[in-house]
Formats: sequence, C-alpha cells, structure tokens
Amino acid sequence: MDLLIQQFVNALSLGGIYAMLALGLAIVFSIVRLINFAHGEIMTFGGYGIFLAMAFGFPPVAALVVGLGAAVFMAIAMERTAFRAMRGADVVSLLITSFAVSEILKVLFQNGISARPVPISFPASWSGTYQVGSTTIGIAPTVSILVTIFALIGLTIVLRRTTTGIAMRAAAEDIAMLKLLGVKANRVIAVAFAISGLLAGIAAVIWTAQRGSVDPLMGFFPVLKAFIATVLGGLGSLGGAVLGGFVIGALEVLTQAFLPTGLAPYRDAIVLALVIAALLARPDGLLPAKTANRS
Amino acid sequence: MGKRSSSCAKPLIRPSCRSHKPLDTALDIVGLAVRYGPIRAVRGIDLHVTKGCVTALLGANGAGKTTTMMAIAGAVPVSGGSVTIFGADLTNATSDRIVRAGVGISPEGRRVFAQLTVEENLRLAGSVLGDPNRAAELTDRMKTRFPILAERRNQMAGLLSGGEQQMLAVARALMSAPQLLLLDEPSLGLAPQMVDQIFDIIEELKSEGISILLVEQNAALALDVCDHAVVLANGEVVAAGPPSELANDGVLKAAYLAA
Repeated sequence: MDLLIQQFVNALSLGGIYAMLALGLAIVFSIVRLINFAHGEIMTFGGYGIFLAMAFGFPPVAALVVGLGAAVFMAIAMERTAFRAMRGADVVSLLITSFAVSEILKVLFQNGISARPVPISFPASWSGTYQVGSTTIGIAPTVSILVTIFALIGLTIVLRRTTTGIAMRAAAEDIAMLKLLGVKANRVIAVAFAISGLLAGIAAVIWTAQRGSVDPLMGFFPVLKAFIATVLGGLGSLGGAVLGGFVIGALEVLTQAFLPTGLAPYRDAIVLALVIAALLARPDGLLPAKTANRS
Repeated sequence: MGKRSSSCAKPLIRPSCRSHKPLDTALDIVGLAVRYGPIRAVRGIDLHVTKGCVTALLGANGAGKTTTMMAIAGAVPVSGGSVTIFGADLTNATSDRIVRAGVGISPEGRRVFAQLTVEENLRLAGSVLGDPNRAAELTDRMKTRFPILAERRNQMAGLLSGGEQQMLAVARALMSAPQLLLLDEPSLGLAPQMVDQIFDIIEELKSEGISILLVEQNAALALDVCDHAVVLANGEVVAAGPPSELANDGVLKAAYLAA
C-alpha cells in the first residue's frame, strides 16, 4: 500500500513534467503547425540558466526564476530568428527547421558549456521526505505535482479569460481570419511561444531540482516522451497533451516499479507498445483536437 | 423598379453617391492588380465607394470579387495599382493597419470562430480598439442590433445556424467601429427570410453613415440596395454605373453567363 502511494506520487510528478512539455508542444503546433523538435533545447537552456545563476552566486530560488526566464527567452528567440521566417511553410519544412535549431543548440551547449553533466547543488532540504501516516513521500515530487497543478490552472485561466488567450484559441482555428480582424498575429504567436517556453522552464526547474545536474541532452529524452504524449492525446489538442503526458508518466513509473526484473530492459518497448495499441484503437488520439478545444 | 432606398438622392449631409471628390471618398481603388503565381486574378480594376453609400461588386464565380476584397483587407498582396482608404494610401498595408484605418470585414464563408463563444468572437474583434470601455459599449450595441446574438452569447459560434453565424460575422466586423464595411456574400446559403434580415441590416448600417462594399452573387438583391455597381468578369471591370442603368443592361447578364 505504501509503495503504491509512493509510486502514485512519482507517476503524477513525472506525468506532470511530460504534460507541461506536451502542452507547450501542442500550443505551438495548434497555432503555427510547427512540431518543434527544438523544444527539448528550450528546457535544457532553462537548466543551464539555473546552473549559471547558481555559479554566479544567486540564491537557489532566484536561480530557478532565472531558469524560467532563460527558457522563455530561448523560446521567443527561436520563434523570432528561425520559425518566423518559415511561417506558412508546410509541416515537414518546419519540422526540419526545428531539427536544425535543435542540433545547433546542442552543439553550442556541448562546446560552449560542457559535453558532460554540470552539477547543480540545491539545499539538502529539497530532497527531503515527509510522513503521511506510515507512508514516506518525497518533498520534491510533491512540490512538482503542486507546481504542475498551478501551471495547468493558470494556463486554463489565461486561455479562457484573457483576450490574448482567446486570440490564441482563435488562431488555432483560423489565423488568417484573426489577422483580418486586425489582431496582430505576430504578437499572439510570440505569446504562444513564450508560454511554451515557460512550461518548458517549469519542467526544467522540476527536472534539475530532482536530478541535480544539467547536460546538453537533458531536454531531449523528456521531450521525446512529450512528443509521444501529444500524439497519444491527439495532435494539436491541449487537453489531449495533458492527458497523454500523465498516461505516459504513469506507464513509465508503473512499469519501472512493478515489472519483473527480467522484463526491465524492455520497459520502453512495453510502454511504446501500449501507446501503439491505444493509437490503433483511437487513431486520432485519446482526446482529438476539436472536442478537446470545445470542452 | 421598387428601390429599397433612395437616401443618397435626399438632401442629407452625406455626399452624392456619384461624388468622386477625395473628401467624399471612403475607398478608392485605381488599377488594382492581384496575381496568384502566374494567374492574374484581378487585372487593373477601378472601384469607388463614396462615404455613406453602398457599392456592389457583381460578377460570376471566379470573376475576382473576393480577391479584390482580400486585397483591400490586406490579406493578399497587391501586384499593381493603389488602394486608398479615407485618403490614406493603404496599398499592401498590413490588415491591422487597415482595420485601424476604419475598415471592417465580414468575409466569404462567414468564418466565425466555431469553437469560441459568440461573446468571445465579439470580444476578440473589439480588442483591436485597445479601449475596453468602447469595446463594451460596442458589444452592447451589437446585442441590441442582433438580439439573437445576445440570447446565444455563451454558445459556441459553431452551433449557430447559418443565418445566425452571418449575423455574428457582421457584428464581429462592426466591433472595430468601422466606417467602411466589406461584406462578402452575406446572403450565401441563407433562407429567404434570413436574407431579408441581413439586407435590412445593410440598409440600417447605411443610414447610419457607414460606407459599404458589397460582394453579392444575387445581383437582383444587390442592385436593390446599392447606389453604385461594378460588374467584374475575368478580373476586369466590364460595366459600372448606378443600379438603374445596370439592371436592364445585357452586360450584367453576359458577365454572369460568361463563366
């Protein structure tokens, strides 16, 4: 029972990271049809932001804020320098552009900072635990779950209540019409990138706080999982991205915890096989774009 | 023939709809050309909308009517000629500048945001003014003008009927308080009763002094409401003049049959 609760917390915590990354991918995709393969580098850059701020003697919490800012900056810079020039190109050209951006940044991280992981030492209290009855639960996963919940609620409020959020939903539907109304589409797109960067930044903060180091490939693997999550949830569907993220996170944690040791090397294969099975049953994803946006 | 309106003939403050004086001009297009790759969709047309008047743009499918509208609205690049709106040269200007210069557009196919509520559709269009009080005032006015929209304000626009969506498209175009309204095929696919309602609204807007460029498949309807008509065929103007002259003109029929 205790183990089950602990694993449930871990699943939510990891799923939350995937959900935020997937959501960032989905927001950008829904508006500019860009499958941003460089999203992982936004997260990595956030991690290096934290590292550099700590190196310059910032207190840990301030360093986390710097990390968030670095991720937002990187997302906006990417849009401005690489993707804006490609606006309106087909999905494949955009995808290849994002591959290029991703590779360039990885090389810059490797040569400019270090190819190996750089350590970030947060206060020991952050990796502490607390007791609920007889169950021991980590502080970091708990905080990460709370942060995820706040981020998702915050994003929902922005999308539902603010004019910019409404414009983002409208842009996902018909960006040419949005322009005809006189709305500045460039601004709406920049905000979408900024939000995706912020979510990647939050993921970077949680990720580094739990792992204590940053390397050039830090963002690559979680974003790969987030891609799978967006496809599982329904490409372009925001609700689907979140659901997909939590499902992938849960599957990973559960297979890790409960798979017999003999099958452990096949963990990813088993998770992906389950995803494929789900997509065979529901080819448009768990929550396809239209209905998810309508909610 | 039973013209709905002859307000332009009355001694109002509005100029005569035949006036081409710069101060009386809402929209002046000279030699407009638009290309889609090698295809010359619009080949040097002249078009004029006098302040407070309705100019109808007629012609068969593919004559270049919608392309002309989109060029005025800044949605397709102009390859030749000029677009002057209320005295400002807005040839190839961005849509946001054109809207801020006082142009509202209700495009072909209505294109309401189906997954946004009626209220959100209006709010979005009103946000362009950058003045929440003015936007709220305009929203209230739209709700009085289109009671059905007030009733359905929290419904997804995609769930409205075709006629209601058309009302929303017009209301949305009016949310930036335009002085020149571009209406593309407002009657398309609507029940006759709805068409009447839409045209009553056009009359009403005109009487409030809003200048209108109306693209319409239904030539009889358009000639009934307009003060001036221009007939396009294959991207060129083949006839222009007051509706009374065009109504019995063979050119109009030929233009529709040509395509």
